[in-house]
Amino acid sequence: MPDLSINFAGIKSPNPFWLASAPPTNSGYQVMKAFDAGWGGAVWKTLGVPVVNVSSRYGSVNYRDKRMMGFNNIELISDRPLADNLREIEEVKKRFPNHAVIASLMVQSRQEWHDIVRDVENAGSDGIELNFGCPHGMCERGMGSAVGQEPEVLQTIVEWVMEVARIPVIVKLTPNISDITEPAMAARRGGANAISLINTIQSIVGVDLDLFAPYPIVDGKGSNGGYCGPAVKPIALNMVKNCAQHPDVRLPISGIGGIETWRDAVEHILLGASSVQVCTAAMHYGFGIIREMTSGLEQYMSEKGFRTIDDMVGRALPNVKHWEDLNLKYKVTAHINPDKCIGCQLCYTACEDGAHQAIQLNAGTRIPEIIDENCVGCNLCSLVCPVEQCITMERRDDGTQHQTWKERTEADDIPVTFNDERAGGLHHWVPEPAAALGKERQKTLPGKARQYQEVAE
Amino acid sequence: MAEYATPTTEQEFAGNFAQLKPLMSNSEALLESSRCLFCFDAPCIKACPSGIDIPLFIRQINSGNATGAARTIYEANYFGNACGKVCPTEVLCEGSCVYTATGAKPIEIGRLQSHATRQVMDQGKHLFQPGAATGFRVAVIGAGPAGISCACELRKLGHEVDVFEARSQPSGLTLYGVAPYKITNEETLAEMAYLEAQFGFQVHYNHAISTRPDLEKLEKEYSAIFLGIGLGHTSALGLPGEERENCVGAVEFIEQLRIRQEQTAVGRKVIVLGGGNTAMDAASESARLGAERVVLAYRRGKEEMGAYEFEYDLAKGVGVQGLFNVAPLEIVGNGKVEGVKFVRTATLNGQVQTVPGSEFVEACDMVIKATGQAKQTSFLGLIPELQVDGKGRIVFNPNTGQTTNPRYFAAGDAANGGAEVVNAAADGKAAAHGIHGFLTKS
Repeated sequence: MPDLSINFAGIKSPNPFWLASAPPTNSGYQVMKAFDAGWGGAVWKTLGVPVVNVSSRYGSVNYRDKRMMGFNNIELISDRPLADNLREIEEVKKRFPNHAVIASLMVQSRQEWHDIVRDVENAGSDGIELNFGCPHGMCERGMGSAVGQEPEVLQTIVEWVMEVARIPVIVKLTPNISDITEPAMAARRGGANAISLINTIQSIVGVDLDLFAPYPIVDGKGSNGGYCGPAVKPIALNMVKNCAQHPDVRLPISGIGGIETWRDAVEHILLGASSVQVCTAAMHYGFGIIREMTSGLEQYMSEKGFRTIDDMVGRALPNVKHWEDLNLKYKVTAHINPDKCIGCQLCYTACEDGAHQAIQLNAGTRIPEIIDENCVGCNLCSLVCPVEQCITMERRDDGTQHQTWKERTEADDIPVTFNDERAGGLHHWVPEPAAALGKERQKTLPGKARQYQEVAE
Repeated sequence: MAEYATPTTEQEFAGNFAQLKPLMSNSEALLESSRCLFCFDAPCIKACPSGIDIPLFIRQINSGNATGAARTIYEANYFGNACGKVCPTEVLCEGSCVYTATGAKPIEIGRLQSHATRQVMDQGKHLFQPGAATGFRVAVIGAGPAGISCACELRKLGHEVDVFEARSQPSGLTLYGVAPYKITNEETLAEMAYLEAQFGFQVHYNHAISTRPDLEKLEKEYSAIFLGIGLGHTSALGLPGEERENCVGAVEFIEQLRIRQEQTAVGRKVIVLGGGNTAMDAASESARLGAERVVLAYRRGKEEMGAYEFEYDLAKGVGVQGLFNVAPLEIVGNGKVEGVKFVRTATLNGQVQTVPGSEFVEACDMVIKATGQAKQTSFLGLIPELQVDGKGRIVFNPNTGQTTNPRYFAAGDAANGGAEVVNAAADGKAAAHGIHGFLTKS
């Protein structure tokens, strides 16, 4: 049986799944319910100076029939009295001594930081997370992402906190910055014990076409909010990787962003996270999704032979290279399995219009054919194909050669003029432009429309 | 059997004849339209006799542009709403959906189609208007799918159109001949009203064109005449006893059902003669009207029936029993039908042969003959130079609808011998273009 428990910068938790600081961790009631359901930890909704919220607060990006592919909010930090939150933290810790309760904090002055750090320690928190990420509402007041975007300010505040903190301190970073490693290094310089990322991305998820206002709408007006949900995972993974690979960061990472299933969590872990935080998925489907996450993670670890979470952390990092270090001699081309092809011809149009005109249609069959000499191995056809394992990328090189752009640069063997023979595109055949005219039009006209056109012509 | 109680009220009738393809809710339409792959040169378009750009309208529904979807549908087929419900989608668009090759359920194209068209109808959104007047007048005989489609397209092209309809309601077999579980009268008539409001053609109801003087008047007043007259009554079988009470034609039976609904009389034990789609309808309908036993008698084997497999499944599903390889010899009874005398048959080298000495009588109190409709050859004989082929079908140019009398055009069942609503709608529209070419080039 794999061991799911973790020790994240000194914070112990029965599994790596924590609820992120957000509406699901707004109250002791919710956190206890979550722990009861199987969550390993919770980062309490940010405590700080009193706020007032608006309605509505959430916006959604729906894709076809899928709701909340992306999600945003303009809600602020906890609007409940500090005393209530502290009392509830204490009660949760009393009932769940082995679960992780991390207090998220956001205040302004040094004295306020000192006071509130002591308050949450006294209440029994296992750790502290500094909210330097909130990209709406609080940043205009000089907090949240306003701090996360200024490494020196961030470092100073971390130092204030470290002056009094006796429990581990995590710095939560904003992705609204060009290089995430800058604030990560500042957090390390300030003495933080760990970082967590990403907070939400400044966003407008959509505009109401009738009211001419952005979502979410507050009395006919709106504001930019913080973006999260499945759609942000790729951004989060890249930033987690950047921090994990950077030699001057070297802090435990709590991965946040688009985690909805065990697979998402494993991806974060393989790129360097050693705990993961979830919010949108819990807001969408409830705390019950934790059962799928822990069982999937456990199954994966068993199959791969990982005994602990630490065995997995960062396992994909050695394979994440700079582009210049990729093998230019590696060559794949597409192959269509005719037995699996259903004849939708999405690969044909994708390659024809969106790639390299390397697929042709033949009369009498709906199964497209790869034109090998034109296939650059870009992979687009296999991505659009709706049938699993119908289009596969087959290796064409013999595996004996390996050459990278870096090596070519060092050997001074790179194209330098527009018509340099060593450039790749020069060797790729493309049809004459005029061959495009009328080509698809005829095909895409419905049967009868074609007939009328013929009568008319 | 006896799955259905005899309906005595409108509600009971509606229950027994519940729609096979009910209208979708917006949520259903969103979910279903999300599944469409947007195939290139899509097989569903090719399988549609009216060539609707199906992937396009499905994507339009999915992106919240139901009006655009309806326009896409109506631009190809003026019976867009009806066809979504009455088309044999199982063998046309949906039958060709690439999903079937994956083992997944094909997209419910028919229901999506009706969903989009129903929205513009309900919202009274007009998508079309008549073209600039050309001064030409065209007479359309028959307000069925072929005639109405032809009329709409002619109006779009700017010609003045008068439709002459022998019955009191438009839409032909869509109203009088389609099984009520496929479409309701209300829906059929709503689409007709919707089209008429946009295109402004005149329909003269209860106005049969049946004599030579009728035709002469049209020939004098109109530049071209379109024949959308459909087929005639159920053909006689030529069997002894066919005149007995309760021996009826399927076409007439279904027409009664569409008009009188729950007041339609049906026997306790019904024998339906025939193996086509109309026979399946008549059998299903008898069962839904509360007949205790319905037997479908066909002179060949089950596999040789002309009906679509899903239509037979539908009939079986409501308890209809098949009786194969039997040929009727006589309708027996004393004034009223009391049974059918059959002889068993065998198929030898494709020929149906009777098995001597195998006669038997199957008792019943109603016989429905679904053995084909007569052609309107005597009426067609009134039109000079109009050629009719050996099967009684009007000879016409399939691209233009033009008959051998250049001023007469034809489409629909009278020309194709009997096909689907969608074929009539597509061909009626094509004929309008033929008429347009004839009028504007001559």
